Amino acid sequence: MEVAIAPASKAFGAPGEPPSARQAMARPSRFGDKAFEWLTCAMALTVVVLVILTGWELWHGSVGAIKKFGFHFLVTSTWDPVADQFGALPFIYGTLVSSLIALLIAVPLGIATAAYLTELAPLWIRQPLVSLIEMLAAIPSVILGLWGIFVMIPWLRDYPFAWLKRFFGWTPLFSGSIYGPCMLAGGIIIAVMILPIIVSVSREILRSVPDLQREAAYGLGATRWEATRIAVLSYAKKGLFGAVILGLGRALGETMAVTMVIGNTPQIVASLFQPGYTLASVLANEFTEATTDIYLQALFEIGLVLFGITILVNLLAQLLLRTIATTSATRAVQ
Amino acid sequence: MHLERAHNHTWRKIKSALASGIAFVSAVLVITPLGLVFFYLVINGASSVNWDFFTKLPAPVGTVGGGMVNAIAGSLELLALAGAIGIPIGVLGGVYLAEYGSARLNSVLRFLADVLNGVPSITWGVVVYGLVVLRFKGFSAYAGGLALGLIMIPLILRTTEEVVLLVPNGYREAALALGVSRWKTIVHIVMKTASKGIITGILLALARVGGETAPLLSLLSAIVFGITVSASPSLRSHCRFLPMRSLPTTTGTARLGPARSCSSPEFSALMCL
Repeated sequence: MEVAIAPASKAFGAPGEPPSARQAMARPSRFGDKAFEWLTCAMALTVVVLVILTGWELWHGSVGAIKKFGFHFLVTSTWDPVADQFGALPFIYGTLVSSLIALLIAVPLGIATAAYLTELAPLWIRQPLVSLIEMLAAIPSVILGLWGIFVMIPWLRDYPFAWLKRFFGWTPLFSGSIYGPCMLAGGIIIAVMILPIIVSVSREILRSVPDLQREAAYGLGATRWEATRIAVLSYAKKGLFGAVILGLGRALGETMAVTMVIGNTPQIVASLFQPGYTLASVLANEFTEATTDIYLQALFEIGLVLFGITILVNLLAQLLLRTIATTSATRAVQ
Repeated sequence: MHLERAHNHTWRKIKSALASGIAFVSAVLVITPLGLVFFYLVINGASSVNWDFFTKLPAPVGTVGGGMVNAIAGSLELLALAGAIGIPIGVLGGVYLAEYGSARLNSVLRFLADVLNGVPSITWGVVVYGLVVLRFKGFSAYAGGLALGLIMIPLILRTTEEVVLLVPNGYREAALALGVSRWKTIVHIVMKTASKGIITGILLALARVGGETAPLLSLLSAIVFGITVSASPSLRSHCRFLPMRSLPTTTGTARLGPARSCSSPEFSALMCL
């Protein structure tokens, strides 16, 4: 034993040390172990702290408004800072409608793109396309908003909107005059912003579908599209739904680009050509202009509503994605 | 019978090709905005990007010339502050998730981090406003940096965890078998092996945060709004965040800047991958 230890301690550059020194060396490092574990643990726990802190801070900031307006805050539609009357309904409505429009556009496009990237596209085209979509995610939302104002809205107004009005003008959705900045434009810009996340999450999900599924379909003589539809897409249904909900979470919180193109008018009208307002936009626009305490508290309450909605939506999305991950993992183990 | 089957088969093949075509068109539609935005930025911005753009202060509205140095400096300053908060917490927290902790605690933490990643950035602006600006009456560069740092934490946490988990167990076992203590194993072996991935994650988070405007709108303009402190005059000129500055200038000067500041870390990150 002694012989075996001696060269080792020599290798560590401590030839003359008595054996007890080795044990002494081990002790501080055990302390280091504990300290490092606690340090990293504390850092990891900041996540919990952040959630609680955010909830508490928003509650604390809005408690005055909650006491004053109560439940009416959520169901009345007067937003009049001068008269100290605050109702958040137009903002909630605007957020939901613009997100819905965005989902209607982004979900089919996003899932089709993800299917193309994992199943249908030739191999050489996949990686460049993925990189491009990731770059789309990197465009700051202000830039997109700027582009929305100066390029997208004039184009939309002159061609697609005019066309929609000509053919569908009789429905309440596309009635009224076209200003430019409107709910529909807001929805479209949100769609552009959430497409990358929908594509990348759906792509991950489709890639996690076991190859056995595909092989079985091809073995039965399915064409490429049939294999995709029957073996892959329907298998991944739940996970794709999770991806959509995740996109919805992003859509609800999109701020800058939407603020720049949606028109910022708190009203509830059926026509999508009319300007609207969202929860996030009102925060961005009016937060620093809040002159009275109750105004600021009302805005804090809007933040609380937004936080609550996005937390719920994200929880739902994570739960859906989580179940997919665990079932596919257990299947892989089996 | 045979003929019918053959006909059916061609029809199925056509359908398959059609579906591929539709999927291809949708992929093209998805990346069209990227191309259009880049085109627009280059057309409008390229002419005004020169040395002055990066080194001079903005000229008064209506005059020609001037640069964005204050905005760029402000951006960098904020990113540094955000990094100082977000990087250590995110990286160490990610290491904890990957190396220590019980399965149950970790899944809860992971879950919360994912949920936090989905919280809109404007919410952070509001929270930090309540936390810092209202309480300490201003000094908003720190507030802005704090908000961005908080956004970065869950992002970095998750990427670090994923990368650290990729390090093969044999590395850890080899180090531990040599008598290296656990934390040294983690710092010198595991994190070093994963360092490329960790840095990529950090760069991606910085890139995302670098383009973030919403929380800053509420925090930085708080200075202008009147919650002034003694240091603010010099600070104010520094604190114009790049994308914010780009808003009022319709001359097209500032537009390429944010895109570039955001896409260059992105490029380097992609190269690291």
